[in-house]
Amino acid sequence: MSAGKSFWEMDELRLISGAMVILGLATGLLVVMPYLLLENVEPPAGLKAYSTQQLAGRQVYIANGCVYCHSQQPRDIKLAPDAKRGWGRASVAGDYAYDTPHLLGTMRTGPDLLNIGARQPSVDWHLGHLYQPRAYTPGSTMPPYAFLFEVRQGEAKPGEKVVNLPPSLAKPGQVVIAKPEALALVDYLISLDRTYPALAPLPVKQPASSKEQP
Amino acid sequence: MDFTVSVLLGTFLLSIGALFIFIWSMSKGLFGDGVAAATEIFEPSELGMVEDPAATQAQKGRLQQAMRPSMDANQSMTVEDADSRVRADRSTSLVVGVCLTLAVIWLVLASFAGLISSIKLHSPDWWVQFEWLTFGRIRPIHLNLIGYGWCSLAGIGVAIWMIPRLLKTELVGAQYALLGGALWSIGVTAGIVAIATGHSDGLEWLEFPWQIDILLVVGGALVGFPLWLTLLQRKVKHLYVSVWYIAAGLLWFPILFLVANWPGLHFGVQEATMNWWFGHNVLGLWFTPLGLAASYYFIPKVLGKPIHSYNLSLLGFWSLAFFYSQVGGHHLIGGPVPSWLVTISIVQSMMMIIPVFAVAVNQHMTVLGNFRALNHSPTLRFIVLGAMMYTAASVQGSLEALRAVNAVTHFTHYTVAHAHLGLYGFFTMVMFGSIYFIMPRVMNWEWPYPKLISLHFWLVLVGFGIYFIWLTIGGWFQGLAMLDENTTFMQSVALTLPYLEARSIGGALMTLGHLVFALHFFAMGWKFGPKRLGATLLGTAWMTRLLGKGATA
Repeated sequence: MSAGKSFWEMDELRLISGAMVILGLATGLLVVMPYLLLENVEPPAGLKAYSTQQLAGRQVYIANGCVYCHSQQPRDIKLAPDAKRGWGRASVAGDYAYDTPHLLGTMRTGPDLLNIGARQPSVDWHLGHLYQPRAYTPGSTMPPYAFLFEVRQGEAKPGEKVVNLPPSLAKPGQVVIAKPEALALVDYLISLDRTYPALAPLPVKQPASSKEQP
Repeated sequence: MDFTVSVLLGTFLLSIGALFIFIWSMSKGLFGDGVAAATEIFEPSELGMVEDPAATQAQKGRLQQAMRPSMDANQSMTVEDADSRVRADRSTSLVVGVCLTLAVIWLVLASFAGLISSIKLHSPDWWVQFEWLTFGRIRPIHLNLIGYGWCSLAGIGVAIWMIPRLLKTELVGAQYALLGGALWSIGVTAGIVAIATGHSDGLEWLEFPWQIDILLVVGGALVGFPLWLTLLQRKVKHLYVSVWYIAAGLLWFPILFLVANWPGLHFGVQEATMNWWFGHNVLGLWFTPLGLAASYYFIPKVLGKPIHSYNLSLLGFWSLAFFYSQVGGHHLIGGPVPSWLVTISIVQSMMMIIPVFAVAVNQHMTVLGNFRALNHSPTLRFIVLGAMMYTAASVQGSLEALRAVNAVTHFTHYTVAHAHLGLYGFFTMVMFGSIYFIMPRVMNWEWPYPKLISLHFWLVLVGFGIYFIWLTIGGWFQGLAMLDENTTFMQSVALTLPYLEARSIGGALMTLGHLVFALHFFAMGWKFGPKRLGATLLGTAWMTRLLGKGATA
């Protein structure tokens, strides 16, 4: 060590290789291992794949950033009273078998939506609520999505979906028509129903090991 | 052995083992000549001499008085040293000027996007007629403008400016960085348009569509080229701390971004773990290294005094890389992900106290005893404040990873406040200070209105104080309300409203501060103000070289 260079002295090679090894380790742990563990997770028997219309609605959900206020991951009753709010049981990996991109979310400015379809299966409620949330939920801070609707004086054309608004919002001689995006979004929201029983969290071969969740 | 137990045990033993080897070699003095390495950023004639191009001549005199009164602030380094310094600075001026100008534009746009988002959270019926202005679009526009626009380009600009000074040679291959910065900016612009028109990828921090991401990967890699080319020409014996952080950051980012955005690779819950592997690494392995590189350079440089301990910085660097890269899983506590993954991330989040402590001791010990210097140096005021916020944000982050705390704060505005403490309190403050130092060198022009620097400082400090304190309190109450099954969800929404309004006021002050900063930046760009090109630049030797004999302003 006397010749100037010590073992720890930083040079380009040590720096680059050290940085790469460490990144590789983290990627292995947080990306590759979950990949290997989860790639064979089967969808639970009760979970239906999304229809084309529902997938289109999911895109509307993504495009308008619903995920920035709504999570889709009820937590375990030991951690939070999510189930008591009617948001459903703690979710498991299989519940998301058809969810790409994932929409787990990080905020609950609004309620969790993983089971909104079971809680609120009415198309009319959802359409009206998207048009003006405060007409349905006083004190809500959700923005109105007027751009998903067409407001017209006069009659609706055949085949168009007229939104049934509450009396406080309805104006005489005026109809509010749901655009296809709004209908697709509502179809997606109503499809959010993971109330079927959950399977074991991970079908990994773990002989005689204790599992945290049943 | 059980899979979960073996993964946990393996990671734990690796961490502890590495730490012990480290401490052992430190005690044996195997780290080499720390003093020489720490003084590598000074010319021999320069030690003890303060430097702050953002300070007025009077401020600089007082700064020198506060640090080492025996030296004259206007005394200069030798002509040879000054000459090479001038050539080093000139080699970066174009590319740095371009990067920082773009960064400042992104900052102003991002501030307005943030302010609009903030107001919309408590006034949901405001400005709802346009799709692109809906909360779910303007919020990610704010995040991406800040992350990839302001923070990344400011960090890149500051890093490129430091490279020739750290390696004591001219920058080689500036054109690659210029091209990289251009591709990057085109990417950011296209990405913002994509989000505004509803073409987001839907993942937080990864909203840009993959076709646009290619521009950021290639641009990010190109920006690193000048560093590698300049390293080949380096004239220094030791690589200074800042070089490690810059080099590692410039390597890490393109890889992270490439893996995270690879189309069709990720799925379901695995995508969620990848999302937060990226989401936390973009902070820990991209912004943090660039921010620390700047504070490790500018704090000693302004004070004219080497950092407290070179060995601590070595410990800080490697432990930051190791622990920070594995903390992402703490974003999914209570989520449908393997529990070993969350546990590892919680443990490593706590281990982050080691690098944070190393950096904190190192940087704060350098400043300790010289706090009066903050009064006289605009650069230092921002950077030291930023360094303090780094410590605060990191300790807060470690605590937030604990299950008991996370149960309250997860899904609430508390987390938003914490994110701003890191990326604003730490990173953005350090960048402000760095830009105040750098721009007079880039433009050969002093800041025209020194009072605006103070105005900027106080506006953003007070604004951010209001922002952080009220949002933290509101977020905590929101979390408690959501955990209480007897409180309805709507009550948890209603109770946040006054805090969200306070946040908008804080955010408005911050935006105002940014407008002052941008105005001053462009006033300098157009060379407004009195011509005071003088001693606050490089001193008389440099002046003589530049302007010929007898030029003293």
